[in-house]
Amino acid sequence: MTFWLVLTVNSITFGGLLFLLSAGFSLIFGLMRIPNLTHGSLFMLGAYLGATLTIGLLYVTVNFWLAAILSGLMVAAFGALTERLLLRRLPGDQLAQVLVTLGISFMIADVCLMLWGGDPLNVETPAGLGGFLRFGALALPLYRLAVIVIAMIFAIALWMLLDRTRLGAMIRAGVDDPDMARVVGIRVSQLFTIVFALGAGLAGFAGIIGGPILSVYPGLDQDMLPLALVVVILGGTGSLLGSFVGSIIVGFIYNFGQALLPELAYFVLFLPMLLVLILRPQGLFGRQVP
Amino acid sequence: MTALAVTRLCKAFGGLRVTTDVNLNVEPGERRLIIGPNGAGKTTLFNLITGELTPDSGSIELFGQDITRVPSRRRPHLGMARTYQIITLFARDTILRNVTLALLGLSKVRWNPIAVLDRQHGLVDRAHEALQRVGLGHIADRPLSQTSYGERRRVEIAMALAQNPKVLLLDEPFAGLSIDERQDVQKLLRAIPRDVTIVMIEHNMDVALDFAERITLLHFGEVVVEGTRAEVVDDPRTREVYLGH
Amino acid sequence: MSVRNIALGILFLALASLPYWMDGIFYINVSSQILFYAIFALGLNVLVGYAGLVSLGHAGLFGVASYATGFLLAEGFGHTEAILVALVIGVASTAVFAALSLRTTGIGFIMITLALGQILWGLAYRWISLTGGDNGINLHGRPAPFGISLQSPTAFYYATFVVFVVSVVAVAIFVRSPFGAALMGTRDQPRRMNALGYHVWMIRFIACLLSGLLTCVAGILFVYYTQFISPQALALTSSAEVLLMVISGGPATLLGPIVGAVLVVVVKNVVSGFLERWNLLLGAIFVAIVILMPEGLVPGTARLWRAAWQRMRRRADAAGTPGDAEPKP
Repeated sequence: MTFWLVLTVNSITFGGLLFLLSAGFSLIFGLMRIPNLTHGSLFMLGAYLGATLTIGLLYVTVNFWLAAILSGLMVAAFGALTERLLLRRLPGDQLAQVLVTLGISFMIADVCLMLWGGDPLNVETPAGLGGFLRFGALALPLYRLAVIVIAMIFAIALWMLLDRTRLGAMIRAGVDDPDMARVVGIRVSQLFTIVFALGAGLAGFAGIIGGPILSVYPGLDQDMLPLALVVVILGGTGSLLGSFVGSIIVGFIYNFGQALLPELAYFVLFLPMLLVLILRPQGLFGRQVP
Repeated sequence: MTALAVTRLCKAFGGLRVTTDVNLNVEPGERRLIIGPNGAGKTTLFNLITGELTPDSGSIELFGQDITRVPSRRRPHLGMARTYQIITLFARDTILRNVTLALLGLSKVRWNPIAVLDRQHGLVDRAHEALQRVGLGHIADRPLSQTSYGERRRVEIAMALAQNPKVLLLDEPFAGLSIDERQDVQKLLRAIPRDVTIVMIEHNMDVALDFAERITLLHFGEVVVEGTRAEVVDDPRTREVYLGH
Repeated sequence: MSVRNIALGILFLALASLPYWMDGIFYINVSSQILFYAIFALGLNVLVGYAGLVSLGHAGLFGVASYATGFLLAEGFGHTEAILVALVIGVASTAVFAALSLRTTGIGFIMITLALGQILWGLAYRWISLTGGDNGINLHGRPAPFGISLQSPTAFYYATFVVFVVSVVAVAIFVRSPFGAALMGTRDQPRRMNALGYHVWMIRFIACLLSGLLTCVAGILFVYYTQFISPQALALTSSAEVLLMVISGGPATLLGPIVGAVLVVVVKNVVSGFLERWNLLLGAIFVAIVILMPEGLVPGTARLWRAAWQRMRRRADAAGTPGDAEPKP
């Protein structure tokens, strides 16, 4: 019984982490119509940067939460640069943009390997959250519950951004109909940079937040990217609600799959994605077909 | 037997009814013109007739054969050819190759992965003939990218005619043409024999009225007026549709 | 006898006599690698260049053929049976791949093929009872067609060379055929092709099968070459490498994928002697090619060559006709 409960809590936690990763991916896909294949490496880059800050750089250790915010910002800046210097040179050519994101992901992965070596980095659970919440026989790790809370906070914040602010309205307009958005005066290319940076920043932030759970290692990018892909395909591109629901579903499938069918875990993960692509290509809540 | 019989055709996108109870009966050899203001659903009607769009209800018959459920790729094999408002031809190829592809589409040879296409003399000769018929035989080997818009329109018509259609659907064939180019296309269309039935969508009234024997006026997806050229031109509803009163 | 045909003839002779002038087993082996990767790239190019469908999962199909061969050999099958059954399994997998992926085109196609490639990689990695997981499958020995052992690098090179020539000829015939023209038509104007009476989906499906066949042939050559297969061969980086071969050489040309294979294999082998970071270079070349020379090296070089040639001719014309020159005032 406890086994299932723990598995459930872990699934929700992982779902929360996936949401932080995929929300940005979904927005980028919805607005720019490209699957950002760099997204996994941005997650990993944020994790490495954050881990380095918490472990200590030049004898200065940074508080975990500050490190998380700083890495998010650094990765966001990197994302903005990537979009402005590279992707913007290929306007409208989605295929070329996808290939560029693929190339950049390889470069980031190798640079991380060069800078941080092949051994995994352990990230300490931040102070105060190392303990457990006890319900009788049940002991739930506090940090995992914290991740769920953080994911919810970001979900609400993003929803308010999209629903209540002018920027959000412009993003939604761009997702629905970029040509029309341009016609009414929305600077769509500027929007691209902002959304790409936002997505990148979220991914980087998610990377270090996930650090205490997943640790940081070479290959983390290859592990996370397919998950983001599955979440967004399931939930629908450009839809925040879709990312949320999709993340929870994938969180469950991934954890239960690993526990019950380890040999076929990957297959079990991708199967719903394939089914969705075949039967309902726009996903559960999506607007357009990829 | 009617060449093309469209009966109570309906199509809606969500709540928007784009085609409502359209009836169309075109006799063999007829020259039918479909007119209507922008957004009247003329191209949508063509897309329904060729099968690129699936109707919600109603039927389409080609020389008595019900083709409502026939996939769009089979309809050229049954004798239906079509041109498009926006010319989308094969820019990387010569105009001869463009026409050859049209001929190939109806030929069993199109599945052959071993023969050499350029040595299929039957097809290539017929492609030359088709280009001669539209007055472009002398530039057969020119890349399409080096032809003028008017020439491309004629290539497109050559491709449609090369498939020996029984019914030819022309979607705004005169759009974007200069006066000289328009005359070329007009001459071309007048020369098409009566074993081809032609249905044309056109906005340009000078050339269109000259061509038409019968006219169907569409507005908001419905047939408003139909009859001979004189009848439709004189009908007060025609003026109402175009001028609003 | 055009310049092109003479050049091709010389190239053919050079390749046919390679073990006699190439100094050292290492280089003969690299040449074998180049040839079967070129077959792989030619196979992918059928989709990328001629069908206009970019796949990021082709390493999965490559791996299926390699694993099938390795598995069957380990189970005690003879070489001939193993190769034939592996080809059948490979093409059958391709058919499934294609049926799933051809639901969409463009970006959707990339994503489905990426996902399918990842599924196959994941299965290779996790289905340890079948594939040995990370340990992979070891092979012992190579086939001996007509009694000629392929153990030595030279013998294996010649076997690969023969298969390579057959593959190139097959693709060349295909490109000039009516079906090839139809396929390229669906690449350029799928809607028009449908309106002209072509069965666009079926044409693409058959192209996928042809692409899969070439890919599987390359996969079988690969596993006999390395005598080993592991999940790494199916990773996303592997699919990206072969895609790089196609786009760097030039999609929709016959020579392009071959030039691309030379480029990628040589750089990978030579560079990994000096730089440990092959992926960094791979990524950088990818980005550079896509942004700076998207049509690839073969068409790009041909274009530059033609432009230079025209400039030379213009200058020769101007210099060689003094009678036409303007008299100086």
